[in-house]
Amino acid sequence: MIVVPCPNCGPRNESDFRHVGASLKRPDPSTVTSTEWHNYLYLRDNPADWVKETWYCRAGCRKFFALERHTATNEFRDPPLPGNKKGGAA
Amino acid sequence: MTSVKNLLSSGLLAATGAGRSNGGSGGAKSKPARYSAADLLWKGARDQEWQRVWRDLPLKKSYDVVIIGGGVHGLACAYYLATNHGITNVAVLDKGYLGGGGSGRNTAIVRSNYLTPEGVAFYDRSLSLYNDLSVDLNMNIMFSKRGHLTLAHSDAALRTMNWRAEVNKLQNIDSSVITPEEIKEIVPSLDISHNPPHPITGALYHPPGGIVRHDAVNWGYARGADHLGVEMHQKTEVLDIIVEGGAGPNGKGDGGKVTGVKTNRGDISAPIVVNATAGWASLISGMAGVTLPITTHTLQAAVTEPVKVFLPAVVVSGTLHVYVSQTDRGEFVFGAAVDPVPTYSIRGTLSFTESLAGHILELMPGVSKMRLLRSWAGLCDMTPDYSPIMGFCEVEGFMNAVGWGTYGFKAGPASGEQMAEAIATQRTPKLLEPFRLSRFDDGMLVGEKGAAAVGH
Repeated sequence: MIVVPCPNCGPRNESDFRHVGASLKRPDPSTVTSTEWHNYLYLRDNPADWVKETWYCRAGCRKFFALERHTATNEFRDPPLPGNKKGGAA
Repeated sequence: MTSVKNLLSSGLLAATGAGRSNGGSGGAKSKPARYSAADLLWKGARDQEWQRVWRDLPLKKSYDVVIIGGGVHGLACAYYLATNHGITNVAVLDKGYLGGGGSGRNTAIVRSNYLTPEGVAFYDRSLSLYNDLSVDLNMNIMFSKRGHLTLAHSDAALRTMNWRAEVNKLQNIDSSVITPEEIKEIVPSLDISHNPPHPITGALYHPPGGIVRHDAVNWGYARGADHLGVEMHQKTEVLDIIVEGGAGPNGKGDGGKVTGVKTNRGDISAPIVVNATAGWASLISGMAGVTLPITTHTLQAAVTEPVKVFLPAVVVSGTLHVYVSQTDRGEFVFGAAVDPVPTYSIRGTLSFTESLAGHILELMPGVSKMRLLRSWAGLCDMTPDYSPIMGFCEVEGFMNAVGWGTYGFKAGPASGEQMAEAIATQRTPKLLEPFRLSRFDDGMLVGEKGAAAVGH
């Protein structure tokens, strides 16, 4: 089970969240090449390493926020804590 | 320890059905010692040891083909390279043990009632290979052709079932839509009333579908390949793939040519390297400079204590995100949808077990007193169109049999057979053509989302 550290609600079960994933910028359709469009549509980084990704706190504060997670261990690096104070109470 | 277990179970299995006397089938290759009921009785009565199922050999410096991944796809590919094409200088490398990934963690369901004509043709080839596999491998894979029901709980789902049934019928697949009353006749324990939140409105019925003992398939392919000279190397992790002449860094990537692999047991030179690593496919292909449109997710499953047989078919419900079958031992095996967060961590979660139990009770309220024995997870290599990626790519000699998502086990034999043909002839066989990596460039996707898995 992944415990996601929400910056507003504190650590909560993953079922409270929606995993949005990598934030990608949609290429401009008027200038995009077919390779860029292919990459935007289909290619996602899939490392067994730290990734920066977006989460949405579905059942709590309903805010989007970015977190760094290790995909092999599901631990979060330097999670922002409530009140944006590191080491603050949950 | 593993081999002792293998020996015992394969010996016992042979006695339950696959045991037959020396037949005349197959080529004139060196014949393995065949399993038979007489052999079991003889060895059992005299307390004799069984022969090792596959050899443990030192790693050679060079092979004709190196297959990365000792699961059902890698082992089947090695087996068919040896049997169908006489290519036996082959090494199967696995960083763990044979059949330790998805091949030993799946829910063992086989079927061919897919949504696209390309998918149907491919999976049906696999099903027909599964049909004769016990005899071919001289190992009882316990294929129980018990029928496969995909339940519909809404008009929209029923419409997809009708669509699938028509696609299936065009290719001579036994598949049709049946009413709730007909479902009740096949599986009396299902609640077909209007009381549940999601009442059953019909089902896609696929009589040739069923379940197979997945370990026996892995061990059978490994044993068959070993007897023909293929080498299986367990605990041999590939650290890098050596590519020359490519456009990317270190000569990798587009236009490059594979010359070998680096492993934790030394370097191997090989002109052909096959990636059959499922959940780890992106990492392995990255070593050759090839980017695959794959993300890795976990899929979880659970099994109950054994009870009397009362579920005679495989039951799937997309709406309830669950599929269930009863094993020959009487245990209920449950599976669900893939977890939404990409991860390489093979761990189960309590929230999965909770939601699974809830859905099961909605479907079969009568099992509320049953206890779960255990649950587990496996890695799935999901592609954007829920179809696999097979065959050649932009790096010469590097071949993929990946992107198996939640439907890899049922595809194992066909994938192995067709990949072996592609390797031996260096041409893409007709069945593999739709699943080439370049389909994402051309926009020729094979969309199987509606039939490949539940709950997407």
